[in-house]
Amino acid sequence: MKRETAGDRVFLSLNFVFLLLAMAVVAYPLLFVLSASVSDPDAVYRGEVWLLPRGLTLEGYGRVFENREIWTGYRNTVLYTCLGTLINLAVTLPCAYALSRRDLVGRNPITILFTFTMFFSGGIIPTYLVVDGLGLRNRIWAMVLPNAAAMWYILIARTYMQNNIPDSLREAAFLDGSSNTWFFLRVVMPLSAPIVAVLALFYGVQHWNAYFNALIYISRRELFPLQLILREILVINDMGGSAMMTVESAEAMARMARVAELVKYAVMIVSSLPVLIAYPFIQKYFTKGVMVGAIKG
Amino acid sequence: MDLGRDAAQGVERFMAAVVRKQLWKRIFLNYELYVFLLPAFLYFAIFHYAPLYGLQIAFKEFNPVKGIWGSPWVGFEHVVRFFRSFHFWTLIRNTLGIGVYSLAVGFPIPILLALMLNEVRNGAFKKTVQMVTYAPHFISVVVMVGMILTFLKTPNGLVNQLLRVFGGRAVAFMARERWFWTVYVLTGVWQNAGWGTIIYLASLSAIDTEVYEASIMDGASRLQRIRHINIPAILPMIVVLLILDTGHVLSVGFEKIYLMQNPLNLAFSEVISTYVYKAGLQSFQYSFASAVGLVNSAVNFVLLVTVNSIVRVSGETVLW
Repeated sequence: MKRETAGDRVFLSLNFVFLLLAMAVVAYPLLFVLSASVSDPDAVYRGEVWLLPRGLTLEGYGRVFENREIWTGYRNTVLYTCLGTLINLAVTLPCAYALSRRDLVGRNPITILFTFTMFFSGGIIPTYLVVDGLGLRNRIWAMVLPNAAAMWYILIARTYMQNNIPDSLREAAFLDGSSNTWFFLRVVMPLSAPIVAVLALFYGVQHWNAYFNALIYISRRELFPLQLILREILVINDMGGSAMMTVESAEAMARMARVAELVKYAVMIVSSLPVLIAYPFIQKYFTKGVMVGAIKG
Repeated sequence: MDLGRDAAQGVERFMAAVVRKQLWKRIFLNYELYVFLLPAFLYFAIFHYAPLYGLQIAFKEFNPVKGIWGSPWVGFEHVVRFFRSFHFWTLIRNTLGIGVYSLAVGFPIPILLALMLNEVRNGAFKKTVQMVTYAPHFISVVVMVGMILTFLKTPNGLVNQLLRVFGGRAVAFMARERWFWTVYVLTGVWQNAGWGTIIYLASLSAIDTEVYEASIMDGASRLQRIRHINIPAILPMIVVLLILDTGHVLSVGFEKIYLMQNPLNLAFSEVISTYVYKAGLQSFQYSFASAVGLVNSAVNFVLLVTVNSIVRVSGETVLW
């Protein structure tokens, strides 16, 4: 395999340089946010922070820790993520197993019935009317029930179980008098551990990052998930914040605005922390999940 | 004759009864599997099929007191009103423009990146590039837009600082409506290009090494191998993803656009989904907003079918 021509070597060098550049372009904004979150906000404003922090300060993080709403939001998001993911798995896994069984009477019509929902939906308003009609608005359930499962993930789990749980295993278990439920809990679940991990991670990240359901179903502030609080800090405050400036307090206001920027950088880091810390460890599972889905959908 | 036919019919009926009985027996024996399906069934019925039923309000004058069924029919009134409204062409232009722009820029880049990554022989370097480029995928939309707004601030956001260092002038990106599409698309590439390579890298790793060895024997250069082995190998995947993405051209993401909107860029940032949200849930025109959403889904569906049949004519892998 080692027969690189001169042209190949040029190509490989260019390839290397280009990928290095691509990596730098992706990494730079992330590193900048990290540095800016611990830098003197005036230095950031003057454009003195390029890659490494300047004038170390933890004021931004201090203000984030003082903000009670962020913590309430954090707690709510943790709750929604855990509860939501548990519900997702409880709906997805048994369904995927049933659909993976070739001897299930009505397997095809049921699969089609469910898959249909991937392509056709009632849209925002009719869904809202259903959720509203069930009295779920401003309840925790509005955050976890309207997305209790995703057909795409059911299909991924079904394919995995179909390929990894041999029929002979079930036949043997049934000869020994096992029931479907026992077999599912004691044999299928342990054998499906990798795909369960993948789905838990996919669903979990979705819950952690979601804001749409909260935006339309939740108006009570004490139920706000972190992302809605973030929206206020990062997006809404960003617009028209300078309108209230009076001449005499201009300098103080400018200073406050810069500290507000610092808080933004800090809050970006704090809110992404759980996902970012877990990410290097779970990255290979995510990759695996996408590939299982790619092999047969 | 009659007797014979009667007998034949009798046997047929008997066999059918046996089959039916076996069917019921199979269903009964595996009743637990139906219990397993029940939660998913209820979920899809309540949160997907009930809204589809509710979609009829697009053709009614929805009145919350009378309910979905009791509200009077108005036919295509809302659809026509949408077609005639002065928002219509702006919405179509923005939705289609952002969708096509995203597809044109965002679709080829992961393919290119995957082909390049596939050539890297240094495992550690490859893993590092993958790890770094996948990371932005996990940043939430809110944080993403927060970063965009902070970086693009005038006059002192990071991007404008960089522009000035390289001799350019500061640009008010978020206040200039013409910049909206480009900012949306390029930040989308930044966030998702790396993640998009996974699926192609998987198909590339499935190529038989013997094919490479044979081509090396024949003196093929790396570029020739990419062109004649790698690209044909991932072509079916490219086509399928292209069809699926085209079907979604009109459903450009609500979440990111809604957060990036401000009064100054609205002329280029208002798309169908954000309009549906505002008309429906902020102005309470439930029926009208549902009709707009329905038009959107219908166009999407037509696009999907059209692209699929174009591809089928050209003899490539298709969805159906």
